[in-house]
This record gives sequence, C-alpha cells and structure tokens, in this order.
Amino acid sequence: MNRRVFLKSGAMAMLSLGFAPSFLGRAAAAVGSRRKLLIAIFQRGAVDGLNMIVPHGEADYYRLRPTIAIPRPGGEARGSAIDLDGFFGLHPSMAPLKPLWDNHSLAIVHACGSPDNTRSHFDAQDYMESATPGLKATRDGWLNRYLQVSSDVRNPLRGIALARTMPRSLAGRAPALAIGNVDEFGVRGADAAFEALYEGTSDPRLRAAGGDAFAAMRTLRQAAAMPYRPAGGADYPTTPFGKALAEIARLAKADVGLEIAFTELGNWDHHVNEGSVTGQIATRLAEFSRGLAALAADLGDRLADTVIVTMSEFGRAVAENGNGGTDHGHGNAMMVIGGNVRGGIQGQWPGLGEGHRFEGRDLAVTTDFRDVFTEIVADHMGVSRDGVSRIFPGYAASSRPGVIRI
Amino acid sequence: MKSRILTRLLVAVVIALASAAELTARNDQSPIQNPQSRDEATILHALNRLTFGPRVGDIDKVRAMGLAAWIDQQLHPERIDDAAAAAGLPVLEPAPASGEPRELRRFARQQIQSLAAEKILRAAYSERQLQEVLVDFWFNHFNVYAGKGRTAQYLAEYEREVIRPHVFARFRDLLEADAKSPAMLFYLDNWLSADPNAAEWLSNRDPGSGIRDPMVRRSGVRPRPFPRMRRRIPDPGSRFPAARANAKKRTRGLNENYGRELLELHTLGVDGGYTQKDVIDVARAFTGWTIDRGGTFRFVAALHDPGEKVVLGHTIKAGGGIEDGERVLDILAAHPATAHHIAYQLAQRLVADEPPAALVDRAATRFRTTGGDLREVVSTIVTSPEFLTAAVRGAKFKTPLTLVASTIRTTGAIVTDARALVQTLQQMGEPLYMCQPPTGYRNTADAWISAGGLVSRMNFATRIASGNMPGVTLPANPPPADLALRLGSPEFQRF
Repeated sequence: MNRRVFLKSGAMAMLSLGFAPSFLGRAAAAVGSRRKLLIAIFQRGAVDGLNMIVPHGEADYYRLRPTIAIPRPGGEARGSAIDLDGFFGLHPSMAPLKPLWDNHSLAIVHACGSPDNTRSHFDAQDYMESATPGLKATRDGWLNRYLQVSSDVRNPLRGIALARTMPRSLAGRAPALAIGNVDEFGVRGADAAFEALYEGTSDPRLRAAGGDAFAAMRTLRQAAAMPYRPAGGADYPTTPFGKALAEIARLAKADVGLEIAFTELGNWDHHVNEGSVTGQIATRLAEFSRGLAALAADLGDRLADTVIVTMSEFGRAVAENGNGGTDHGHGNAMMVIGGNVRGGIQGQWPGLGEGHRFEGRDLAVTTDFRDVFTEIVADHMGVSRDGVSRIFPGYAASSRPGVIRI
Repeated sequence: MKSRILTRLLVAVVIALASAAELTARNDQSPIQNPQSRDEATILHALNRLTFGPRVGDIDKVRAMGLAAWIDQQLHPERIDDAAAAAGLPVLEPAPASGEPRELRRFARQQIQSLAAEKILRAAYSERQLQEVLVDFWFNHFNVYAGKGRTAQYLAEYEREVIRPHVFARFRDLLEADAKSPAMLFYLDNWLSADPNAAEWLSNRDPGSGIRDPMVRRSGVRPRPFPRMRRRIPDPGSRFPAARANAKKRTRGLNENYGRELLELHTLGVDGGYTQKDVIDVARAFTGWTIDRGGTFRFVAALHDPGEKVVLGHTIKAGGGIEDGERVLDILAAHPATAHHIAYQLAQRLVADEPPAALVDRAATRFRTTGGDLREVVSTIVTSPEFLTAAVRGAKFKTPLTLVASTIRTTGAIVTDARALVQTLQQMGEPLYMCQPPTGYRNTADAWISAGGLVSRMNFATRIASGNMPGVTLPANPPPADLALRLGSPEFQRF
C-alpha cells in the first residue's frame, strides 16, 4: 500500500518539478511533426524480470533466491543492483541504461503480463504477438494491425522486422518486410527484366506486390548506398542483435517511411545456472542493454519521436529452483524508452509475499501487457480510439500505465 | 530514360520468346511446358492441381493414359509403385534413449530438418503426387507446431501413421487417429486436461503419505507411489526433470484448447453453430485422453470428468469414460457443418480460393452420403465441371512448398541434399513443421502474395537457374538463357 502511494507521488513530483530530457527542446526545434516510430524488441524465452529489474526492497526476494538474487545496491564487491528509486534497481549489467533512467527517458512497467496463465513459451509468445491472449486462431499480429488501421499508404517499408522470418507480431495483411539486413534485400541480377514482367502481368495482386517490392528495393538501395556509421558514439554489440538494432537506426534515419521496427533476442530460458551478477543472465543482459543504449544514442534527436518497447512472454518463478535457475512464471517487466516517455517505475507492484503471489509462486500481473501496447499506439503513434479497438479486438484497456507523456 | 526503353524492349523479347515457346511446346524440351491444344491445357491444369507441378513429359504420359484413368490412379496411390522415390528419402534418426534435455533438443532439430527434407523430396519425386498434395493439405488442417516442447519427438509418427494413411480414408477415422495422436494431444494441451475435481483431489494427497495414485490404480496398471504422477504430467514448458521436481504444484484442470480447435478448425468450422458451452463440454469429454510415458495414447479414467455432457444438442450420459470422446467424434464427423467445412477446404485447395458454392454443396453431399469417404469427396471435386473450367486455371497462387517442388519438377533438377531448399522455405515464410498457430499454413493467395515474398521467389529462381543452389543440380544440358525469368515470373507463381 505504502509502496503504491510512494510510486504515484514520486512520479507526480517529477512531473511537477518539470524534469524533462534535455534533448526534447532541441528535437522540437529541429523538426516539425516528424513520423512517429515504434521499435518493438522481443526477449524470447522468458527473461527473468526479477533479476533484470530487481525489487531489492523486498525481503522475500532474497529469502526465495538464496544463490541467484542480485545483492542490494552497494552491498557487495562482486557487484550489486544499480538503485533506481530506493526499491527497484537495475541488474549491474544494465549500467548502460542508467543515463536513460536519469534523464527520465526510461519507463519500467513491472508485474506486467498476460491475463492468460499459460506457462508454455509457444502459447504465451503467440498470445503476446497476436495481442489476443487465450485466442489461438487470430491470424495477424498486433503490429500488422497497427499498419492496417493507421494508413492506406502502400509501403512495405512502414513495417520492417530485422529477422530471418516474419515474426508473428508483424505478420498479416498489411505489407511489411522481414529482412536479414538492409544490404541483402534485392534481386541479384536481371532485376529490371523481373520488374518489367511484374509490371506487365494481368494479375492485379501480383502487379501491386511486385511494384511494392521493386520500390522497396530502390529505396533500400539508396539507404544502403553508403556504409553505415552510427552517430552519437553509439557502441553496438558486435552480435546479430547489435547489428539488427544498428540497421533499425539506419532505416529510421534514411526516412524510408519506417513506422514499426521489430527485432528479437533469444536465450533467456535459464532453468539451470541462471547466474546472478555474473553468469548467463548477466551476459545476456549486458548485450541487451548495451544494444538498447547504443540505439538510443544513435537515434539522437529522433529519439523524441521514437518509442522502444521491450517484452517477453512471461516472467519466471519468484523462487529459484534446485538447479540455480528459475522455472516458468507469470508477471514480468517491460521497458519503454523514448523522448516522449514518462520515465520512472509505472504500474502497481503487487509484492512478493506468499499471499500476493500468483498461484502462490509467481509475480502477479497487475498491468495487462495490452494496456502498455494500447497507450503506445494511442498516445505515441496517434491511433484513433476506433483504430485502437481494431488493433486490440475485444479488449478495452483497463488502465493507463502512464508510460507516455500526454 | 534510355535504360527504361531497353528494359521494355527486353520484356517484349521475353514475352515473344514465351509465346514462341507456347507454339512449339510439343517438341520443346524447355523446362516449362506450355499447352498446345485445349485438351493439353486441360491435362496441364489437372497436373498443376493434382501434383506439385508437371515434369517434362508428364502431359504426354497423361494423354497416353487418358486423363480420367490417370486421375483415378492418383486417387488410388496404393496402385502406384513408388519404390524409387521412397529409396531416396533420408533415413530418420530414432529417438534417443536418454531423456537428457540437451540431447532431446538436438534430436528435435535434427528430426525437423530430416522431415522437412523428406517432405520436399516426396513433393518433388513421389509418383503418388495427389497423395502428397493431400498429406500437405491435411497436415495443415491438423497442424502441429514442432517448436512446442516434445511435439518434434512425435512428428515422424504423426505424419506417417496419422495423416498419410488417412488422406483417402473415412474422415471419422482420420479424426480419431488425430485425436489420439501424441503430437496433437501435446500440441493442443489435451494431455494435461483433467477433471478439475479429480485434479484437486489428487493434489490434496500428501506425497509422503504413501497413498497410491488413483489414476494408475483405476486404469488397472500396477500402482505406483504418487510422486510418479508428477513426472508423468509435468509442466510442458519445464524441460528439466530436476527443475520440475522442485517446482511448486501446478493447478491442473480443464484445458479447452483442443476442444475449441476441434470444433473451429478440425470439424465444424468457425461458423459451424457451436457455443462456448459446447467447447467446454467437448473439452470435458476428452479429459483423461493423454500420453503415457512411452509416448503413446492412453486414457486415464481418474483424470476423466465422469459427468453428463451436452454437445450440439446431443446428451452424452454420465459415466461413459473413453466413450465420451468417441461419441463426440461421431457427432462431429456426422454433422452437416463438418461435411460443408471439409468440402469447402478441399475445394479451396483444389479448385479456387473462393470455390464455387454449387461444387462445395455437391462435395458436402457426397461427404454425407458416403459416411465421410474422403476419396469420394476428392473424386467429386476433381472430376467436376467446375474443376475443369477455364476460369479457374492459373487462379491459385503457389505456396512456397509448391513453388519449390514445382521448380524441381519442371527443371528436372536432381536434389542430392535438400538442406538449402529447407532453408529457402524458411526464408519464404513457410518453415516446414514450424507453423505456430493451429490454423496451419494457408493455401490462399492473400496469405502469400507480398513484396518480401516475391523478392525471395525471384532470388530463388535466379539461384536455381544459375546453378547456385547447394545440393541441387540441373540436368546436364545448359538451361535456357531465360530460365531465371521464367521461374521467377508472375505466371510461374500461379498454378
């Protein structure tokens, strides 16, 4: 109870003091109404949210995780949580994100997740990507439905997944692309002859899709004409994830019409030897955070028009298991980064005490993940109320987590 | 400006070449056949729809045999010698004896790879083409996702023993084989579905009290101490036995996943007139249909909800045990909505994305009058005037699998290693056995026509034509200069 009051008043205080990221003013001066961008990042495999965004003010956290808990801030030489607000802290591997927290560009929604209680990776990812928990037969993803409802412009570059195959989130009727990287996209050899064949076909659907394809190729070829040099001292990890993020920044800056970008980072399913301040999760979070920080730096002024949202299908059990790992749980933490983001810890913290846990073992969900998605598409991307109801069929957000400034 | 004109000129030449090829098709050994006569166009159309695409010489073979006789032969695959194609299939690795998770994951990856290769090779080389077309159709109708937990371990058996033997069988038999398959039981979670009362009763037992597991006792198997049960019904996501043993108790209860998809996708169709109450009672009827530790179907009476169920107006009396589920399958298989749904789906695959209503009605009637004989239903569709009408020729858009297989067939390419083709299908958005939703991969144009998809297809055509696809060899004679353009053309994407 006290905790909630503190959170709310804390957030109010920051607002009333007029803290705002310094670049906001610059960005507003530099451009008029630039295109809004949403970058969605999926942590596939269920990241342990409690070791990522550490509730170091919870005694139960330490009691239930004797070997893998992240020590309280400043507690130990081997490393400890980076304090955020006296109750929550970042995993020490996430130090690159601390500056974003400090300038109020990072919002964290803890105890966030699905109303469906499945602990199957497959089902939970499916539900999060279709944004219809419990309904398996939904054919398209929520990001594709955003593309469908927000504009009639035919441009497959509005939605791009930096992924080998089209992720469920972005799959659907609206044109979108899944590409390994910008330089690879194209037809090697004879493209002019191919283009003419598709221009000349009597099948209108193939003519339209062919037109999209060759227009996209030309645009991307221009975007890729120069080798990409990240700005703002961005230090991307030299991994596929780091490269994917750099490509997203490159596309954003090339003004190809990008509105939705998607990429993913796997390998979070730490049932055994999860580690603590070091070990598997520390390594994963280091790559993840370094990448996000680099992306934010690289985007520079454009971060004012950008929201980066991270998600994972469910959280992990509060108690560690007998193998130094964690089993599948329920609530998790989502991060939202951007110039127009209301930094801070948002949502309600249910506590880790036995009576507050979901099914007696997991972090309870107090914020439906669709409430975060809803706020982003409505208040950041500017989708109408009617559009929002088509993106999230059969659902009306029950709360406004407050991750976007309005 | 100049290059634009040149391009148009080039196109004019290509189109002219194509037309010329059409005129000389009979003697043309070029890889894409073009019909010369109306008769030939009909045969080509039948080959397009009932196979994964014509090979050089197929039109002549069918003409010599007579179209009707050829179709009849394809409807009876057991009459077709397929030893040559079968000999070229990859040898599947047996499931590992140890349950070590790392080993199981490696096996799963390997198994999916081998089965995907097998599917491509069968599509390309099997003489029982219509059977393979329908195996692909029914697999997607009863889709399972190999990436979910243990599904991959059950996959080979699923396609070999549940799908393939039943594509020309009675629908009721296919439905039952599917309902009892470990792959489907696992994929749609029915193996976990239990009468909530039974589950509560079980979980209230103290594991240390020595009380015997009632589900084992009642089903007449040697009783085991209770902790065994936990191992038999673990969290499907938790991959480590030790971790499972340490996990807190799970609430078990009714799982509606299978019940819902059985009604919506497998039988009645989404507009089939069922209610949420039907979904729940169907799910209750299937409680206790689970998988034993040996990986085979088993009915466990103690997990079964013994109460009365009402499904689509039919009352299923209390105490029916395994008969409850059987009864549901009877009701569903005999329901007119199922006949219509299956007829529609088959006509959509074989005739047009929006199949003619009169044809669907006739096929549905045939379904009902023959007790769901799938050979009769398919036969009704493929011998109908609607199937042969000129309006539906070339009206379907190839799925990536059909595109890849038809490319192999039309070029006469030799595939010595299908791995690059398996990867190609991933890039085209149809990773085999890896379709997550229970809807399976669709065969309609709207699912596959996309800018990115076309780019992949053009690149595939270019790689095949230039001999740059590892494991794939074109016949010795040099391919026509325009092969890439023809394989990547809009026309070749349709069938």
